[in-house]
Amino acid sequence: MLGYILKRLLHAVPVALAVSVICFSLVQLAPGDPLAVVLPADASQETVDAVKAQYGLDRPLVVQYFIWLGNVVTGDFGKSIATGRPVLSEISNAIGYSLSLAFLASLMALIVGLSLGMLAGYTIGSPVDKVASAFAISGVSIPHYWLGIVLVVIFSVQLNALPAMGAGTNPDAGILERLRFMILPAVTLAAMPAGIVTRSVRALVAETLARDFVTALRAKGLTEVQIFGHVVKNSAPTALAVIGVQMGYLMAGSILVETVFSWPGTGLLLNSAILTRDIPLLQGTILVLALFFVAMNLIVDILQPLFDPRIKRI
Amino acid sequence: MSTPLLKVADLTVRFRTEKGTIAAVNGINLELQRGQVLGVIGESGSGKSVTLRALLGILPPRKTQISGAITLDGRNVLSLTKRELSKYRGGEVSMIFQEPATALDPVFTIGQQITETVMRHGATTKAKARARALEMLDLVKIPDARSRIDNYPHELSGGMRQRAMIALALSTGPKLLLADEPTTALDATVQIQVILLLRELQRELGMATIFVTHDVGVAAEISDRIAVMYAGRIVETGTASDVLKTPRHPYTNGLLTSTVIGARRGETIDCIAGMPPDLAAMPQGCAFAPRCPLATTECTAAVPMLKKSGADQFVACIRQEADGRHAA
Repeated sequence: MLGYILKRLLHAVPVALAVSVICFSLVQLAPGDPLAVVLPADASQETVDAVKAQYGLDRPLVVQYFIWLGNVVTGDFGKSIATGRPVLSEISNAIGYSLSLAFLASLMALIVGLSLGMLAGYTIGSPVDKVASAFAISGVSIPHYWLGIVLVVIFSVQLNALPAMGAGTNPDAGILERLRFMILPAVTLAAMPAGIVTRSVRALVAETLARDFVTALRAKGLTEVQIFGHVVKNSAPTALAVIGVQMGYLMAGSILVETVFSWPGTGLLLNSAILTRDIPLLQGTILVLALFFVAMNLIVDILQPLFDPRIKRI
Repeated sequence: MSTPLLKVADLTVRFRTEKGTIAAVNGINLELQRGQVLGVIGESGSGKSVTLRALLGILPPRKTQISGAITLDGRNVLSLTKRELSKYRGGEVSMIFQEPATALDPVFTIGQQITETVMRHGATTKAKARARALEMLDLVKIPDARSRIDNYPHELSGGMRQRAMIALALSTGPKLLLADEPTTALDATVQIQVILLLRELQRELGMATIFVTHDVGVAAEISDRIAVMYAGRIVETGTASDVLKTPRHPYTNGLLTSTVIGARRGETIDCIAGMPPDLAAMPQGCAFAPRCPLATTECTAAVPMLKKSGADQFVACIRQEADGRHAA
């Protein structure tokens, strides 16, 4: 098992490097001159060159990449062009907000997705299954920024029950007070993964139940509860893979939701970095989010063989 | 003879399908004494496996209608409650499946799978159940059982997997063992080993056995009695030697001659012309009549009943005289 984990870790390194190359070069392809934002329009050529040299923008791209990579590996993501603050501190502030939101949303998505999926998978074709499937399809297809606005209209404007935006300004607020701010964005964020998890788990459970060994388990007199245990262990590896990817999306794909709710996380940070052409901040944020994806996949890879021993041999 | 262990009376199994209700098993009668081995032979779709599944009570209740009576050791199996049924399955009657690669759960070890079964049917502690599992793996001659017990099914060869499944089925000491083509998925050489093992275990442990196969040779090897099924009915039954030496039903005769054993290269092998009937559109009268060399118009008039023919042999064919000769 330790060998397998090491192997998986080693496999993650080239993936992370490839991610860094893509992060770095994608930003170069984007239109717009980052310096135009920070420099006055009538700045002299000397000033422009001086600022360029200061940020290393006068060197060849490959050299820029390796300098950037070297800095990143040592934890130096550069300084934000817009604010002048270190990118790392900007990101680490935001990432706490995004993580807590993603965590709550994952929890909701998992509870709803797993239970609805199991229920539907066990009762394929029944009214229960149809309701669950309709719910799942709605979750997947309703645009989440729209859902967010609708929720705000209902719960904040009409009922005045929950705050519409922000994360609260009181630093001493208790958990409950913080949760009040998180509920609407978390529900909005959870809708899609809940739908996807429901659909995947439904299909997995139905497929597992149709397999020969389930008949054989029944033939040896196991109770339905015991058989359920077998179904869960057989469905777990694939379900984990789906859930891992979804959690990655929750972290990275929350730009729209965070913008709708002005939630001060990485999504909002990314949004403002794009608007201000803040390349170091953009690169840093994308890289951190992409690495989060890589990490989620790594965790799934490591967990899967605990359920299915055949995976370890691959 | 004493009262039989198993008595099946007029068992009919119907499936609700899109094409309407079809009868996969059509009014069969069976009796099995303690310790006896009954070989059930027939082509695919003749209702052999469905009969076994009905006996074990594992047909999906929503899609099946079962009528008739199944009595095991004086108890009516069809009227067991859900709870009684799950104790009956695997406890009093257990089953060996055709394909051990798919019938064992891939993500649990052999030991775990035997242990959970033993625990379900009476073992008090996990340690005792595991000891029993080890004992069973030794009994089915899995070499180095002590380390094999922690293997997953994919880590075993096909023959070893089937041995493990036999160990699993016998671990609870069932009165009746149902074997559903247990050697069909195996290599020829492994097939023989598994058959010999099953025969040996049957003699040693003395459980009654119903052995379903489409391989006449396998049936001859292991059975005391043989029942031949065709299109959901038993068309001939008797002691193994009677049925195999003096087949009375033209279908049995056809099965016995359609074999590659003894055939010479270049010679055509006798086989039964045509296909088994579609269960949703059964022919009138004798289901075998359309393929039968002896059929007359009389055969399509009514379904022939099993009639005594010879000392301990029964055959369902109207072209069959009481003395066992085919009518000219």
